[in-house]
Parts: sequence; structure tokens; C-alpha cells
Amino acid sequence: MISNEFLQQVVNAISLGAIYSLFALGYAMVFSILGVLNLAHSAVFMWGAFLGLITVTEIKLPLLLAFPVAMVGAGLIAVALDFLAFRPLRRRNAPRISQLIVSIGASALLVSLSQLTFGTDPRRFPFDILPSGAIQGLPFRVTLIQVIVLITALILMVLLNILVLRTRLGQAMRAVAFNQRTASLLGVNVSGIFASTFFIAGALAGIAGVLYGLTYNSILPFMGDQVALKGLTAIVLGGMGSIPGAVLGGFGVAGLERFSVAVGGSDYRDAVVFLILFLMLLVRPQGLIGQKEQTRA
Amino acid sequence: MNKKTLLMLSLVLALVLAVPGIALQAQDDRPPLGFWDSCAAPDKLPADVVFGAVFGLSGGTSVYGTVQQKAVQVAVEEINASGYLGSSKMVVVFEDDAGDRNQATAAMTKLVTQDNVVAVLGPTLSSSAFAADPVAQENKTTVLAVSNTAAGITQMGDFIFRNSLPEGKVIPGTVKQAAELLGLKKVGILYGNDDDFTKSGYEVFKAALAENGIEILTEETFARGDVDFTAQLTKIISGEPDAIVVSALAQEAVPIILQARQQLGFMGPIIGGNGFNSPAVLRDAGAAAEGLIVGGAWNLGNPNPSVSSVAFAEAFNKMHSASPDQFAAQAYTGAWLLATAVRCANSVDRAAVRDALAAIKDFESPLGTFSFDENRDPVHDPIAQIVKDGKFAVLAAVMGESMEPTMEPTKSN
Repeated sequence: MISNEFLQQVVNAISLGAIYSLFALGYAMVFSILGVLNLAHSAVFMWGAFLGLITVTEIKLPLLLAFPVAMVGAGLIAVALDFLAFRPLRRRNAPRISQLIVSIGASALLVSLSQLTFGTDPRRFPFDILPSGAIQGLPFRVTLIQVIVLITALILMVLLNILVLRTRLGQAMRAVAFNQRTASLLGVNVSGIFASTFFIAGALAGIAGVLYGLTYNSILPFMGDQVALKGLTAIVLGGMGSIPGAVLGGFGVAGLERFSVAVGGSDYRDAVVFLILFLMLLVRPQGLIGQKEQTRA
Repeated sequence: MNKKTLLMLSLVLALVLAVPGIALQAQDDRPPLGFWDSCAAPDKLPADVVFGAVFGLSGGTSVYGTVQQKAVQVAVEEINASGYLGSSKMVVVFEDDAGDRNQATAAMTKLVTQDNVVAVLGPTLSSSAFAADPVAQENKTTVLAVSNTAAGITQMGDFIFRNSLPEGKVIPGTVKQAAELLGLKKVGILYGNDDDFTKSGYEVFKAALAENGIEILTEETFARGDVDFTAQLTKIISGEPDAIVVSALAQEAVPIILQARQQLGFMGPIIGGNGFNSPAVLRDAGAAAEGLIVGGAWNLGNPNPSVSSVAFAEAFNKMHSASPDQFAAQAYTGAWLLATAVRCANSVDRAAVRDALAAIKDFESPLGTFSFDENRDPVHDPIAQIVKDGKFAVLAAVMGESMEPTMEPTKSN
């Protein structure tokens, strides 16, 4: 069974942290250019999970195709959100609080839509989709799903980093994040950058949704609620709008959660996470990696 | 407003009287339950006898709520087709509380003060009941809980009844049998600590374990809506318990079973509270559910079912093309109990209906021979079950077959 509890808890934490990180990345990207939280991000995450599920159970495509379908689908939902909800507000120069509230409304709408479409019974991927037992010959128990989650998450994080730091699109994104007006004067297509940022953030949320659904085998319209709070904590911990910060924050929150159970008791796991968040905001509000001035993304 | 209602009522009454066949054809298709002889057919009831039902029809609770609604529909159809309420019709107004305390209170208030119902079935969750039932009690309206198993439900007042065996009556028997048959010495506990139902389940488990001299290695908690239990389970399993005792609702029960078995490789028995007692758990946990031990009030596979139990399962299957579970059996029995109270009271006066309900003794139902005790709690025999070959089987029967002192671990994958 379990020979080393500590090692097993590390494995548990890494597997959960990978998903939190993927989710937090999208949060952070949109925050860096919008300057407000997109609280509908968790709803996009949930839709990604459902799209992946439908691809496998209804359209009967192999699991490998569920990932791109969920990414593109969720990406498009995020772009639609930008077009229908955020862009009209930006046009009118509406205050940021309006954008925040619009994102809450959009989240409620997306959750209700999925409730109407899929009902409220938890849904699951078929049991035989991946071997569910633990991989043999290791000093801890890890399933194939957990390995896939970690590898996928790491690949995507590296790709995202390259995209932001090494490509023209990434350069333009950083320019828009730094100052929209200046970027637009320099010939950057600001609307296009908004759309592509939303798309990438949505795609990340979408694949995080599928991975989450595969790992915990429970897909339902309200699955985003939990992750939303943890993702928010992750980016505050790591530094709002910072990409490495989001990754660090994601793993950090998962680790805190797991180890507060291992050391203390499960009664206090959320209390520990949010206490750290609180202390962080007091002592180092810019986050672990965030910088004081506004150089985001 | 009042005139309109009166007009409507007399119209309905006229319609009912104009079709004399309805009440007369009853004799032949009498369902095998009900006080047909001990209470005379009522003749002083309004055309529509309106009841309320507060169930969780959306959200995570809908696993139970929708089944309860379906079961009540079966009962209403039988009651009306057989003329159990004379020439009057039983009507049930369904309200959705989404498993939420505030919505349950709002729904109860609407039923009691606006719809003026005779009595109410529900709410699905104990935590909703603690919020909503005081409204009914204040307005002296009977509430019959059909799935609340937490301690303290009927203590809310003399108008609050339940037909669902509280965990305090189910769990001790289950633990005792499991301890004897499986030779349990030490266990770990996992329970939801933010829900009245799962928490009271935990307390009863703890007392029952102590009574049987079983050591508790660790006690871990989770919150409603959690999906990752690996940290808690890792801690429990590393203490090498003989069994894991879990008090959770179905929504959390499934991932707990899956993660314990598949991710962490625990193959020993998992002893669950009432929340595990649902076909949905078996369907969604698949092979991992094998060896799950649950005490219950009703089991479709009972080797010695009552006549009304068989008839109910058939009727439910015919109407909904699905097999009923314990929650369905309790909701169905609940609807029949309320109808019986109205029939025996021959009145829709709320106090009279309450007294008639409290007086019900030895009612032959799918749950067995049913009575209310002096605290308006149910009296009937519980049944201990184990999951075998994807089905809830009666524990004593399974153990009788194999006669093995300890349980064979189920294979992974």
C-alpha cells in the first residue's frame, strides 16, 4: 500500500498543483492585459471539461482529440466573452469595476447554460479510457492520468513562456499589457491582441478542465467554483499577472493544502491556504515574483 | 380572488361528480398498501387535496431529489386512480430547493403560507430541514421528512415527522455486523464536517465503533463540493486500517471510493453512511464500489421483500423505466402515509391531519411494517448491505454464502 506517506503527499500535491497552475496561467494572462480579474474563467474551465467529455462520449473520438477540441472550444468561448462582454465596455471606457461585474454575470450565464444542457448529475469519462491502476515499481502510487496531467501542464507552460517572450505576438501582448494607448500608437492591433490573449487563456482553462475531469472523475456545472478560489489565491500568491508567478502559486497552493492535511488536520486545510494569502497581501502584496511597478506579462 | 377560487372549485367538483365511474372502478386495482378497511373512504374533503414537496431537484442534491419526485408521482397516480381519497384528488406542488438552506426556507414558506398545503414532504437534505421546518412548525403544518437521517429532526416540533430511519438506528447495526463478520480491529474515518447529515453520521459511527471495541486511527474531514480527497486518504491509509469509515453524500462518495481504490490502492472494506446507499454511487464508482458496506432502510434485492415492495418496484419501473432506490421507496411510502392521514382524518384541517398521521401504526409499506414512535420517528427494521458484483446485496446473505472470516481484497482495475 503506501510505504512513505510524505512522498505520497508530495505526489498528490504535484498532481493537483499542475492543474491549479494551468488554470491560474489563464487568469494571470487576462489580468495582465485587462487589469481586472475575469471571474468567468472558471466557467470556461468547466465548459472545457464538458467539451472534452462530449468529444469522447458523444462524438466517440479518441481521448487524444478531446484535448485540442476542448482547447479550441474553450478558447472560442473566451473570445466570444471578450467580444460580447468586455469589448463594449472598453469602447465606452467603462470603469474596471463594471468589467469585473460583467465577468461575474458571464460566469453565472455560462454555468446556467451548462446546467440546462447537461443537467446537474456529475458526469464522468468512461472507466476504461485510461488504465486506472497505479504504475508499478515506484516507491509511491501514481496513476497514468496523473503523469499525463503533469507532462501536459509542463509542456504548455514552456510553450506559453516561449510564446510570450520570444514571438512577435508575445511582444505585442506585453506592449498592450504595459500601455494600451502607446501600443496602439506603435501600430499594434490592440483588439486582435485582446482576442488572442483571451483565446490562449480560454484554451489553457479548457485543457485544465479536461485534465481535472480525468483526474477527479467528476464533471458538473459547478466544478469551477472550487478551482476559481484556488486559482485566485495562486495568482495573488505568485504575483498578479506574472506567468512564472502563476505556476509557482498554483503549485504553492496545492502544496499548502496537502501538507496542512498531512501535518495538522484536514479541518484546517483551507484556513491555512487563506491565512497565507492574507499574510501575503499584508507583507508582500505584489506576490512572490511580482514586481512593484506595473510590468506585467 | 376568493370568489374565483370558489368558482374553480365548484367547477372541478361538478366535473368529478359528472363522471361517476372514477371512484367506483377502484376495487379491482387497489394497491397492496393503505388503510382501506381500518379507515372509511373520506367524504368531507375538497375536490383537490393539495400537498407540498420540497426536494433538491437541481444541483448536487438532484441525485436524490429527482428520484424522490418520481416516486411521489407514482404514489399520487396510484392514490388517485384507486380512489383512496374518495372522490377527491391528491395534488402535490413540487418546489426545488437545490439543496440550499435559504431556498428550502423560501419554498417551505411559499407552500405553507401561499399554497395553503395540507402537509409537506421533504426537504431532501437534513441541513435544509433544520432551516425550513421551523416555518412549518410555526404555522402548525405537518412536515414528513422522507430522507432526513440526521439526529434532531423531529425534535424541532410536534408537527415534524420522518419515515427515513435516522442514522442512529441504521449505523450501529451495520457496524456491529461488519465488525463481527469481517473481524475489524482498527479503522480510519473520513467525513464531511460542514453538513448536518454527514456530521451526525460521523458521531453515530464513532459511538458505534467504540461500542464494538474498534480503534479509530485517524479522523479526517472534507467540505461539501470537494473533489480531491487524496491527502486525507493518504494519511488514513498509511496507518494501515482494516477498513475506512466514510460519512459523505453521494456526490463526494464516488470520488472518495475511486481515489481510495484506484489512486491509492486501498482494497479493504469501505463502510459508508446513508449517502452511499444509492444506485448512482454504484453506477459511477463501477468496479471500485465492490466491498462497500452500507446500512439501509430498503433494498431492491431484499431476498424477502414485502408484497407492497414488489408492487412498488414494478409500478416505478413502468412509469419511469428505471429501478427505484431506497430514497424512492421512502418518498413513495411518505406520500402514501400523508394520504392515509388525510383519509383517516376525513379532513384537510392541519391539526387533524397531524393527529391522524401520528396515530398510524403497523402500516404495511415497501419499507416493511411501519409505525411512528412517540417522537414521530420511524420504526421498522434496517437492512445491512454489501456491494457485490455491482449490486447492493444483503450483507448477512453474502457472508452466509462465503463464510469467510475476513474479506477477500477485490482486484484493482
